[in-house]
Amino acid sequence: MNRIAENFFDLEVMAKYLPSILDGVLVTIQLAILIVLSGLALGFVLAVVRAFQIRAVNWLIVLVVDAFRALPPIVIMIVFYFALPFVGISMSGFVVAWLSLTLVLASFAEEIFWTGILSVDRGQWEAARSTGLGFLQTLRDVVLPQAVRLTIPPLTNRTIVITKSTAIASVVAVPEILTQASAAQAFSANTTPLMMAAVAYLVIFLPLVVLSRWVESRFGWKR
Amino acid sequence: MLELEAVRKSFGAIEALKGIDLLVARQELVFIIGPSGSGKSTLLRCCNRLEEPTAGRVLVDGVDIVSPDVDINEMRRHIGMVFQSFNLYPHLSALGNVTLALRRVLKMPRDEANERGRAALDGVGLAERADAYPNELSGGQQQRVAIARALALEPKVMLFDEPTSALDPELVGSVLDVMRTMRESGMTMLVVSHEMGFAREAADRVLFMDEGEVVEAGSPARIFESPEHARTREFLRRVTGH
Ligand SMILES: Nc1ncnc2c1ncn2[C@@H]1O[C@H](COP(=O)(O)OP(=O)(O)OP(=O)(O)O)[C@@H](O)[C@H]1O
Ligand SMILES: [Mg+2]
Repeated sequence: MNRIAENFFDLEVMAKYLPSILDGVLVTIQLAILIVLSGLALGFVLAVVRAFQIRAVNWLIVLVVDAFRALPPIVIMIVFYFALPFVGISMSGFVVAWLSLTLVLASFAEEIFWTGILSVDRGQWEAARSTGLGFLQTLRDVVLPQAVRLTIPPLTNRTIVITKSTAIASVVAVPEILTQASAAQAFSANTTPLMMAAVAYLVIFLPLVVLSRWVESRFGWKR
Repeated sequence: MLELEAVRKSFGAIEALKGIDLLVARQELVFIIGPSGSGKSTLLRCCNRLEEPTAGRVLVDGVDIVSPDVDINEMRRHIGMVFQSFNLYPHLSALGNVTLALRRVLKMPRDEANERGRAALDGVGLAERADAYPNELSGGQQQRVAIARALALEPKVMLFDEPTSALDPELVGSVLDVMRTMRESGMTMLVVSHEMGFAREAADRVLFMDEGEVVEAGSPARIFESPEHARTREFLRRVTGH
């Protein structure tokens, strides 16, 4: 019992490393928000571009999107961080983490939005076009509002999965929660900081999970 | 008002329309009957280019809408269309359904669009249901909203593709009433339907189509009482059941 307390809940260690863990919390939150904003926006834009059905463009989108969905995010980050400098592109760890996870989220989001667009009945397009609405107007005012509603449950789930993987940004030295906690653990030779990291992740992501439940029930498709 | 000249449409190897000539005069109601797969829907859909004809011309008020340099969106607002499955926008209220094109195509300000939209809903007897969503309306009410959506644009001609086929029998009458009122107010209409009673009473001309061709055309009395062609007789015997 004492060993557990000493190793996981050492109050002295807690007090000492709390500030650096809190710094990590801030970085994680910033990173997560940026990824969600840019990832969902890019995914949405790609799905809309795909709706134009330009064959070459769509092939390219599918190719890129499938690659980013297939590759483990940690591999993408390591390649961006350690390999790209050899071709003259070097980015900070934060930018690498942001860019990698943005591309991953955008790829999943594109597929989800695209599935949503496809699931809108063809009659909706025909009704709108028959009243003189153009392609873009139909997409914006008729198809997307229905498609987005259908995509909210899978989208929130995917968004949570990917924002959680900000933890792997520790491999490219981003001072987010896990990085800070690992460092503290090494310095203090005590696992309490890892416990603190776990609690910090819960504090950040548990509300998100709860929020996603609410969003799903709020925007679920009623007919 | 609406004129088709040698309109053909093929889907790959299937020839859905084999050269259709048709003239719908101003204020005329032309009724199309025919067996399933005879090309009735395809014919209607060529009239607003939801389907691109393979050959031929489609003139609306003298303008060939098939010509590549016509502004099809501008033309389509003069050609109302009503679908078998209503195709109302489920995320918009009845009024929202009716006003969308007013605001986006006619660029009306919201107030003016709402005013015209309410008048259109009033015209189909649904003034009080303006704020209802499609899922809160009966099939007959939904189809009337769909008619109001097309009528609000003040089209020159209205196309109906089996407007009552998806309705419960007791709701058919309300939609036919609206169509009758439109007819009386002088709307030019091209109607595909199996409502033979309505055709007898309201149509100026009835066309019988089979296998992508107009087999015969004439007044309702002539087509229903003394059809010339065996195919017409056969079809009428099947649908009227004697
Ligand atoms: N998009 C399409 N692709 C391929 N074939 C089609 C398409 N639309 C229609 N067809 C074919 O064209 C022919 C005419 O179809 P159409 O829908 O116009 O018939 P219809 O008279 O409206 O029949 P129904 O009474 O069943 O509605 C049919 O053989 C049909 O299979
Ligand atoms: Mg049909």
